Amino acid sequence: MSKLSQKHLLGIKDITRDDIELIFETADNFKDIINRPIKKVPSLRDVTIANVFFENSTRTRLSFELAQKRLSADVINFSASNSSVKKGETLLDTVNNILAMKVDMIVMRHASVGAPHFLAKHIKANIINAGDGTHEHPTQALLDAFSIREKLGTVTGKKIAIIGDILHSRVALSNIFALQKLGAKVMVCGPPTLLPKFIGQLGIEVEFDVKKALQWCDVANVLRIQLERQQIKYFPSLREYSLYYGINKKLLDGLKKQIVIMHPGPINRGVELSSDAADSQHSIILDQVENGVAVRMAVLYLLAGAKG
Amino acid sequence: MQKKLILDSDLLDITISRLCQQLIENHDDFSETVILGMQPRGIFLAEIIHKKLEKDTKKSIPLGYLDTTFHRDDFRRRQTPIRANETRIDFIIEGKKVVLVDDVLFTGRTIRAAMDAMIAFGRPATVELLVLIDRKYNRELPVAADYVGKVVNTLPTQRVLVELEAQGHKQNKIWLINKD
Repeated sequence: MSKLSQKHLLGIKDITRDDIELIFETADNFKDIINRPIKKVPSLRDVTIANVFFENSTRTRLSFELAQKRLSADVINFSASNSSVKKGETLLDTVNNILAMKVDMIVMRHASVGAPHFLAKHIKANIINAGDGTHEHPTQALLDAFSIREKLGTVTGKKIAIIGDILHSRVALSNIFALQKLGAKVMVCGPPTLLPKFIGQLGIEVEFDVKKALQWCDVANVLRIQLERQQIKYFPSLREYSLYYGINKKLLDGLKKQIVIMHPGPINRGVELSSDAADSQHSIILDQVENGVAVRMAVLYLLAGAKG
Repeated sequence: MQKKLILDSDLLDITISRLCQQLIENHDDFSETVILGMQPRGIFLAEIIHKKLEKDTKKSIPLGYLDTTFHRDDFRRRQTPIRANETRIDFIIEGKKVVLVDDVLFTGRTIRAAMDAMIAFGRPATVELLVLIDRKYNRELPVAADYVGKVVNTLPTQRVLVELEAQGHKQNKIWLINKD
């Protein structure tokens, strides 16, 4: 089989381990291609893709756009800040208007949980979720797992700690699903106020002490404190958060073992991750960014390739 | 399902020897020649020919694998995407004489895609095509092979099955299969 089980990529929850492995195998080929002098293949030359971003994004949008252009797709970009959404148009109307211009695929980021799932019920185009509220961010989880597989050879059996603001993170949930499907052991770590109440029921370890988490894991995926989503105070100050949960080189050197440091970006340097840790040889943060393009190419290629 | 044997093991050996001799006639000392096997099935034939040529000429000849998946013209026109294979060309093809090797030449579309894929690596001086089986009367594009193992008259509904020891088969055999 060389086909995904789903027509859309709404979340990692909906796809199978076979799907993830097919995406990885395809991404291996694309990673090879984007490292050649000529980085472009003509596969998606008759496909039009709209990147519809109702929320700010730099990395994800650029990564998707580059992936689409490397595949020779036609790309249109839409961001809510300068659009008719401001004039009161509904989500479905906005998207239907875009589709009326003969668009084949939609890559969407939206602040509301479930927005892409809602669209999938009402429109025919393939939908890729580029982040819905605090719910899922499937391509980020795929590129994270792909980067772990590249660095450590496999994801199966590895211990991965997700550290930081789990409560407001869509990366965390998608990562948990992806890593579990691939047979990894997962831990979340952060201040109790930033961990969702029932997160342990997903079958993962919960830890409040960052030193213990680092001691346990092979890979630490460090998440940003999402101040823009925090309507109330979850911890006294950034300085205090940094003192208790910030990861720095001294902490890593004290572990007496090699661990891999990941971060989905953007990094708040000096808060969750110090500069000497982010730029150390432990870090694969920039590999993640490179792999993001290859993994997104694979997702676009596999979704566009299935007929109907 | 009817199966008809087109080439048996002995005949195949003779055919491959002849193809190698033809290459040697045209490529002198192979100093500017590279061989590209086409994924997924052409690579086995390419390896056999490469090994024999290196043995006969006592020269080292670069061998690479070329995958055409992302350059095909039937993307989104078939039910499932084709699974991609590795492209491995760790030498320069710019200015070289490239010999593309595939097992069966049918519609010619794979060869068109291959030329497209190959150009991404540079501009070869010349490109030639070597195929084991040339299926006559089935071409959809103006493509012809320079070195042909055997020409077979086939219907579009028939299939040519190449079984090589290198692919894990007991004996080298090439079949024509009637689908009914």
